[in-house]
Amino acid sequence: MKINTLGRHIREGLKNLARNGWMTFASISSVTITLLILGVFLLLALNVNHMAKTVENQVEIRVFLDITADQASASALEKKIEALPDVESVVYVPKDQGLIDLKEQMGENGQFLNGLEDENPLPDALTVKTKQPQSVSTVAEKIGSMELVDELDYGAETVNQLFTWTKMMRNVGFVFIIGLAFTAMFLIANTIKLTIVARRREIEIMKLVGATNWFIRWPFFVEGLVMGVMGAVIPVAILTTGYYYLYNNLHSSLYAQMFEILPTNPFVFQVGGILLGIGAFIGIWGSMISVRKFLRV
Amino acid sequence: MIEMYDVWKTYPNGTNALKGINVKINKGDFVFVVGPSGAGKSTFIKLMYREEKPTKGQIFLNSFNVSRIKERQIPAVRRSIGVIFQDFKLLPNLTVFENVAFAMEVIESNKKEIKPRVMEVLGLVKLKHKAKMLPSELSGGEQQRIALARAIVNNPGIIIADEPTGNLDPDTSWEIMKLFDEINLSGTTVVMATHNREIVNSMRRRVIAIEAGEIARDEQRGEYGYED
Ligand SMILES: Nc1ncnc2c1ncn2[C@@H]1O[C@H](COP(=O)(O)OP(=O)(O)OP(=O)(O)O)[C@@H](O)[C@H]1O
Ligand SMILES: [Mg+2]
Repeated sequence: MKINTLGRHIREGLKNLARNGWMTFASISSVTITLLILGVFLLLALNVNHMAKTVENQVEIRVFLDITADQASASALEKKIEALPDVESVVYVPKDQGLIDLKEQMGENGQFLNGLEDENPLPDALTVKTKQPQSVSTVAEKIGSMELVDELDYGAETVNQLFTWTKMMRNVGFVFIIGLAFTAMFLIANTIKLTIVARRREIEIMKLVGATNWFIRWPFFVEGLVMGVMGAVIPVAILTTGYYYLYNNLHSSLYAQMFEILPTNPFVFQVGGILLGIGAFIGIWGSMISVRKFLRV
Repeated sequence: MIEMYDVWKTYPNGTNALKGINVKINKGDFVFVVGPSGAGKSTFIKLMYREEKPTKGQIFLNSFNVSRIKERQIPAVRRSIGVIFQDFKLLPNLTVFENVAFAMEVIESNKKEIKPRVMEVLGLVKLKHKAKMLPSELSGGEQQRIALARAIVNNPGIIIADEPTGNLDPDTSWEIMKLFDEINLSGTTVVMATHNREIVNSMRRRVIAIEAGEIARDEQRGEYGYED
């Protein structure tokens, strides 16, 4: 295709968009809404996924020892646990250290624990890490049946909850987004159909003098592409700025230490790129399906 | 050159529009296609530029087997033919110049060649001075001259016309016929379906008469032969 011809197709496409102003606006808006919701879902789902992974990797078993356990029996138990399959490491945490850790974890609120040093209510503990997060529960079970073990604590439930949540979001989001995408495509197809009907005579004459189908299709292709991309620009802008502020605010807050969210760069730009791509796809697809019917001789 | 061998056309509703047409039209011929209303003249014309496909039989046009070609070859066939209709089929929003130039843009002609060539054919149909006007500002005869200019602008070897003078008064019809005659003299084949008895009888060209889907007559210096 010649560069002149491409220029002509683009001009024609834009002219048609302007001519059907309101339909164009409706189509673009529908793409915008679809992609905005899709974008929010994507950002959420990917972050929850990320959090789940982080938490999963941090999973460890806290084994609290019986108060009667002395130093020697504690190290014997340590050896015994180390010998279990799937165990990566075992660290002995005496109760004094436990208190210091707890204070650190609580940050500013740690001051409430001041003065407890002499009458430390915490038991001695062992921190066990498994080779795979999945084997936490089996290992925990085995440790639980050992002597001198008073209580066990591991974050299995948090992990499971996170995963159920991601899965549910994925399913609900998927159905919702497919529905919206089809609505957007349908609206775009309808807008293009209007311009085709308006240009029927022109297309008829184009065919009579020997225009190829692609020559006829191009302006509509441009129309669809422009509508799709314009529809994507707004949600991308909103989501990028929104996420930027959200990240900057959350990052410095308390939650950030528990749940780390993905940094703005490059994450948001990747999602933005995906949204632009989907917008372009919806637009082109919508326009091509409506042109197809009219091109049959 | 156009050849048809045992060509049949049955429309989807069951109408037998053409029933076994055999015809050979040589390069440079001027052919009138005549016959009663509903005889199949328009169908005969439509088969040539592949608006319709024959139900049976073979059609050759220049180097194409029009009855067999694939969809994507149709543009190539159309580029070797200029087509003219009773209702002119001009684009109302484009000027005279743009209407003619459109036919060149569509086949992606060189931009530099478009303007001089369009002015040249507008000169041939004597409408250079109205190049900037819209079709609605022209008379019927002038509009048909523009359509003719558009049909010849890409130098097709064949011009086919379906009742090109159907909407015009006798004087204007003659003006248009003179242009067809000039185009034919320069070597272009002309095939024209018409109901215009006066023109057919005074021009005395080849006449193919179609009646009820069959060729009833094919005479070299024929006459119109009907009383309508
Ligand atoms: N698209 C179509 N579908 C069904 N039947 C058709 C179609 N086009 C034409 N016909 C029928 O085919 C027959 C031939 O029609 P055609 O238009 O070729 O006649 P014609 O000779 O051009 O007539 P006229 O002089 O009135 O223009 C007629 O009976 C007509 O009703
Ligand atoms: Mg007819």
